[in-house]
Amino acid sequence: MNKYSKITLDGLIYQNPTFMLVLGTCPTLGLIKTASGAAGMGLTVVVILTLSNIIISALRKIIPSQVRIPAYIVIIATLVTLARMILEKLMPDLYDTLGSFLALIVVNCIILGRAEAFASKHTVVESAVDGIATGLGFTAALTIMGIICEFFGSGSIFGLQIMSFKIAVLAQPAGAFLVYGICIAIFVYIMDNIERAKRIKKNKALTHETLAENTPVGAEVA
Amino acid sequence: MATFIAIVLAAVLTNNFITVKTYGICPFLGVSKKTSSAVGMGIAVTLVMAIATAVTYPLYTYVMLPLGIEFLEIIFFIFIIAALVQMIEKIIQKVSPTLYNAMGIYLPLITTNCAVLGVCELVIGDMSSIIGTATMNTGWAILYAVFAGLGFTLVMIIMSGLREKISCYNMPKALTGFPIAMITASIICMAFTVFSYIQLA
Repeated sequence: MNKYSKITLDGLIYQNPTFMLVLGTCPTLGLIKTASGAAGMGLTVVVILTLSNIIISALRKIIPSQVRIPAYIVIIATLVTLARMILEKLMPDLYDTLGSFLALIVVNCIILGRAEAFASKHTVVESAVDGIATGLGFTAALTIMGIICEFFGSGSIFGLQIMSFKIAVLAQPAGAFLVYGICIAIFVYIMDNIERAKRIKKNKALTHETLAENTPVGAEVA
Repeated sequence: MATFIAIVLAAVLTNNFITVKTYGICPFLGVSKKTSSAVGMGIAVTLVMAIATAVTYPLYTYVMLPLGIEFLEIIFFIFIIAALVQMIEKIIQKVSPTLYNAMGIYLPLITTNCAVLGVCELVIGDMSSIIGTATMNTGWAILYAVFAGLGFTLVMIIMSGLREKISCYNMPKALTGFPIAMITASIICMAFTVFSYIQLA
């Protein structure tokens, strides 16, 4: 497998930050009551994560390892401050929806985690791919849960009213916790089953091969 | 006095950091497996929240606003919090080694806790829904931070007690760990919804 497609698949599925690693939970739980808020948060994180990965990976030989964490925090805090100013001017609606969670992107474990675990050890292009893939994995997870919560919680999707029936609790933090928990359980269940199917297939292939290889040898001995 | 009661009730119950604002979920899910560690983490977070607010609120109001550099708040605040956490860790290590051993491992984790930066951002923002017509000052800000931290500790303790019970039962493999913790948290949130009917002022 090509290394870029491996990085992409890891970020999107096998190491999905929301479902597999359970990182960045605060903005997830705070914003999935509307699909547009969830998608907006996800896309903001994609941009900030990609830029921070590129900058940190470009500077990885210059930053001394003793002060790397404060250095990463300065880079991320600067990017978040810029994002906040740009969103306030260009997209005031999204700025209001995100509220205090926009500033809290600084302490989002996904961004610092990818900087420490990936960008500080890989080239600029690989880090950029990783940033986009991990960010899109986060966005996809948030958008799916946002659609579920908004559909059942307020009867609409992306602000478009489609039915009057609603379960009010799903539009509150309690519902966000519930939907998040159930989504993780379903994701883990599916991944486990895929893994098991792969293992059984591999074992079968192995037995056929070993049989094919061993029988003639055994026959010769006999 | 009315403002005092309004701030205490809002911080602990009606605007609880975990169940209403969803701040500080990482330690809430990560460190709530045992009651003893939940209490340690809760106290450490409360301490850092109070000291961080006591430093950042005056800095923002009396230095950054007059100078017109309030757009740098995120960079300033995160640095102050990181420095404070390091400092508190060293002081506790010198003053009380027993306390250091009890909560030492939780302190470095607090730097990346949303609850601390969250409370610093909240108190400099619009607080009129909580304190009404009273003017915001450093005292109210610190009071809010302390009781928000205590509210966080309260939910941590409830959660850890429930998780200790839950860990004794068998359940499907996909549900163990985070999913069942989230579903438990959801039920705690539903219980806390009752407090949103408290009418303040």
